[in-house]
Order: sequence, then structure tokens, then C-alpha cells
Amino acid sequence: MIKNVTGYFFVLFFVCFSFIAHAQQQRFPKPEFETEYQMPETSSPMPRAPFMEYVDVMVLILVMGVTIWLIFKKRSRKGIFWVAVFALLYFGFYRQGCICAIGAVQNLALGIFNPGYAIPISALAFFVIPLLVTLFAGRIFCASACPLGVIQDILIVKPIKIAPWIQKTLGLFPFIYLGLAVLYAATGTDFIICRYDPFIGIFRMGAEFHMIVLGISFLLMGMFVARPYCRFICPYGAMLNIGSRFSKNHLSITPKECINCKLCKDSCPFDAIDFPTEEKENKPVKSDTRRFLTYAAMIPLLVVLGGWAVSASYKTLSKAHSDVSLANLLIANPEKMSETDNLDIETFMASGRTLEMLMQDATLVQEKFRKGGWWLGGFIGLVIGLTLLNQVIYRRRDIYEANRGNCYSCGRCMEYCPVGKPDHPYHQLDPKNQNL
Amino acid sequence: MTKRIDRRNFIRGCARYSLGFGLAGVVGFVAKDTIAGEWVWQIDPFKCTSCGRCATHCVLNPSAVKCVHAYALCGYCDLCGGYLKPGHISRDTAAENMLCPTDAIKRKYVEEPYYEYKIIEELCIGCAKCVKGCSAFGNGSLHLQIRHDLCVNCNECAIARVCPSDAISRVPKTDPYLIKGDFNKGEDV
Repeated sequence: MIKNVTGYFFVLFFVCFSFIAHAQQQRFPKPEFETEYQMPETSSPMPRAPFMEYVDVMVLILVMGVTIWLIFKKRSRKGIFWVAVFALLYFGFYRQGCICAIGAVQNLALGIFNPGYAIPISALAFFVIPLLVTLFAGRIFCASACPLGVIQDILIVKPIKIAPWIQKTLGLFPFIYLGLAVLYAATGTDFIICRYDPFIGIFRMGAEFHMIVLGISFLLMGMFVARPYCRFICPYGAMLNIGSRFSKNHLSITPKECINCKLCKDSCPFDAIDFPTEEKENKPVKSDTRRFLTYAAMIPLLVVLGGWAVSASYKTLSKAHSDVSLANLLIANPEKMSETDNLDIETFMASGRTLEMLMQDATLVQEKFRKGGWWLGGFIGLVIGLTLLNQVIYRRRDIYEANRGNCYSCGRCMEYCPVGKPDHPYHQLDPKNQNL
Repeated sequence: MTKRIDRRNFIRGCARYSLGFGLAGVVGFVAKDTIAGEWVWQIDPFKCTSCGRCATHCVLNPSAVKCVHAYALCGYCDLCGGYLKPGHISRDTAAENMLCPTDAIKRKYVEEPYYEYKIIEELCIGCAKCVKGCSAFGNGSLHLQIRHDLCVNCNECAIARVCPSDAISRVPKTDPYLIKGDFNKGEDV
């Protein structure tokens, strides 16, 4: 009983207090000055000029255009490197990581699902341009325009080879991350890509301690496992990977015919060079056909199973939303309503929203998560299914060539190719190679 | 040999154009309500409960949130709830009497009995102690605003995420402030 009374007292107190806190009340009239006093203006320093965001878009287009020229015409790794350094300085350290194409997918999702938010044209451009370029020239954006990629790329020291099965398994994560990011952005919960961007703290020279630690550990790891963020986390990279597989043109290791000299074999720090199929052991073709059909038949099953599993865990997923977490907390511990050391509860109690209103809002959010969970889970199931299916497709290959999905078009392999370079040491080993 | 490559290229081309058109479709879908300018973050002073998280959660240190003073609202009081601590010993500029932890409010005598209060933004950390005091005991002329010469305009504002009263939202870049007006304009800022 006594507890109840104190509870009511607190509610009353907060209602009164909130009135005080929000009010703009003329308790004291504006003075009428007798002296020549001039009231100062309240200053309002303006943000960066609006046209500058189009300058950013122009810089992006320019950087990617120059990179395309350097890859396809000049075949110059050095040139790509310096363009990349420029992009790192501009988009990374000068623009401090925002705006960025990786995060723009969330703005797009929010723009589609939230009628109250209109996506800025510049954010849309940052999302679309790298994807379009990828469809026609490969992952140019990753090569030189992405500050997150470049900062890892220039710190590669001694890359180790990673077993293909590890790469393929970890390579599923970007798709899951992409799906989650879209779900969280669409439900208006959070922009997780921006929140867990490991390098933004380095660009800004300051962030929360654990994000700085994460960023530095990614860079340290990246000295040996080249570009770990790009390969195993980046959600935009997942989209570019798919686009690049079907690109019209792509960086080629050799300018003319591949002579199978194997010099480029170990040049790629990202294990993104596919070897001729003779080097692989040939699998029996018959059983592969059966496996192909089995995996293909499994895909719808995986989609439904994934959709069901993610949708069923909507309660866990939706906890990230502030309304849901607050409602959960208050339903589980009603006594906390009178607590004064929890700022969120205190503000909620003072806001005039009732618990029923909060629960209604939370239920709406959870419903969105339940529906979105089907899409997210279905998407994850599809990606897993297609990855499995891809394992059993046999492709004959006679030459060394870049894997279009995984290649970042950094151009390192081009330097190793002796074709078209008469003074390359390879030709001196065997004089008959001279005319190659 | 050549036939096989042709088939591969054909599939690749089909996939490329379907991805391209898919992308164009998505863009077309959102393009109907794009805006020309960017959004920036701003605090609605009427929703703000001066909880103090702006000082601690901004990605910048010190925070891009500063206290601003709507002079048109100010009562120019000698006994200022935003300047002096509750229970201050005397009404002077001694540190023990002052509410602001960084001495960012400058008090200037205007005429009897009025004083002008000015925020020195270089010192302000956006802790909202003065805002709380001014709203509770005065006219509410001191309030928090995100200063756009400092704000790096994160895609996801770190303080908007933790704001307990959802007072921080996106506003058009062309009109980036929600500074309190005077009483004649009412609560319409």
C-alpha cells in the first residue's frame, strides 16, 4: 500500500516536473530597458553549403572514372594506388566517413518503408553509382573509391592464404548483415552499419573506446588477412559481389593471351584468382549432376525454413528498438516505474504517454519485425542455397583469371603478368618467350 | 569452345540487365519522394528534457550540442536559475555559486536590475544543467541546439539514438535550427 502511494506520488511529481521542463512560460516579463541596450542576436552557424554534397558525388564519379581508365587503358597499379589514397583522404579524413555508399543502403530502406523520410538525392547517388559501375566494369568502387577498403588495402603486409571453405562460409556473413541492416533501417530501429563501422573512429580521430579497439584490431588483422572487413563483413560489398559476377567488362590479369606462366598465382592478397581447372582434381561429373538437382530442390526448403526461423525470433530481434526494450522492461518489472535512476523510464513517465500507448507502439514494431523476419530469413536461406549450388557447378577454365565476384580490381596481379613487357625477367629465362 | 563462351556471356548479359533494371526499379520507386538537399539533425527544444546525454553521447568531444540563448525570451533576471546554483551562497561570480561546470555563461550588468547572460560556446559542453535550471525557475530562454559548424552530420546520430524523449530528428539543411522564438510567436518556432 505504502509502495503504491509513493508510486502515485512519483507519477504526480513527474507530471508536474515535465510541465516545468517543457514549458516556455513567461514567468518574468521581458524587461523594458531604459539604457541604449541592444539585444544580441542568437547566432545560428550554417552547415556545409548544400551544393557541396554534389561536389562529393562529382568526386566519387571522377575517382571511379579515373580508376576505370587506369585499369583498362593504363593497366597501372601505381596509379590506382594514388587515386585510392586521394579517395581515402577525401572521403575518409576530410568528409569523415559520412556520406558513404555502404551506409546509404539504410537510407534507401528507410526511404522505402518510412513515408516520413525522403532520401536525399546525393545519398541515392552514392548508393546507385557504384552499383551501376560494377555492372559494367567490376568492383571499381572497392578498388579505389571506398575509404574503408583503401585504409585496409594500404596496410596489407604479408597476406596469408585462406582455405576456400573458410572464405565461402565467412563470405555468407555480409549477406546476413545486409539483410539485418535493411530490416533494422526499415523498422526505424537503428542504422547498424553506421553504428558498427570500425574505421569511422579513425577517420574522426575519436569514437567510443570499443569501436577504436575494433577498428585498430581490424587493421592489425588486415596486415595478414587482407581486407577482412571487405571480405567477411561489408554488406555493400555483398551487393557489389553479385553485380560484379555479371559485369560486362572486368579487369583482366593479362593484356593479351594468358601464357599460363603462373607468375600471378600468388599475387592476389584476397585469393581472388581462379586457377585453370587442370590444377584442381576433376570431380566425377555424374554425382555432381545429382548433387546439383538435390541442392536446387533444397533451395525453396531453405527459403521457407530460414523465413520461419528468423520470423519466429522476432521478439529477440525487435529488442533493439527503444520502444520495445522499454515496454519489455516495464512489463517485466512494474516496480521500476517509480525508479529515479533510470533516465529512460523517468522521461517516459514524465512524457504523459501511458504504458498502454507504449505497449501498442511496441506491438506495432514487433509486428513489423515478424513480417520482415520472413523476408530476411527467406533471403538468408536463398543465399545459403545458391552458395551451396555454386559449389557443384563445374566450370572449365584454361587460364588464370580474376574471380569476378571477389576481385576488388586493385590491379596487383597486372603487375606480375609478363605479357607485353619485353624487359620482364621472365623473358630472359627462356629466349623463346621473348616474342610473347 | 566458342559456343560455350557465348552461352556464358548470354547468361551474364541477361543477369546484368535484369539486375540493372531491378536497380532502376528500386531507384524509380524511391525517386518520387527524394529531396534535393541533405537532412541535418536538430533538437526540438520543446521536447528536450535536458537529461544531459547530449554531452556524453555525441561522437565529438566536446559535443556539437551547445546551449543557445533566445534573448527575446529572457527575463534578464538577477536571480537567474540557469546561472546560479540552487542554494548559492551569494549572487556573485564565485565558482561555488555557479551552475555551469565549465564557466561558459558570461554575466554582464545591463542596468538595474537586469543582467545579460551570454553562452561562450567554446567552453560549453552541452550538459544542459543551465537549461534545466532556466526551464524550472525561469522563462526557458536557454535551450540546447546542435551547432552545424561543429556537427559532422552522421548518418545515424549517436545522441538521437539515446535521447529519452525523441527530441532529436532530421530537419532540412536549408532550415537547420529550431531556436525558440519570443512569446508573441507562441510555441511556433
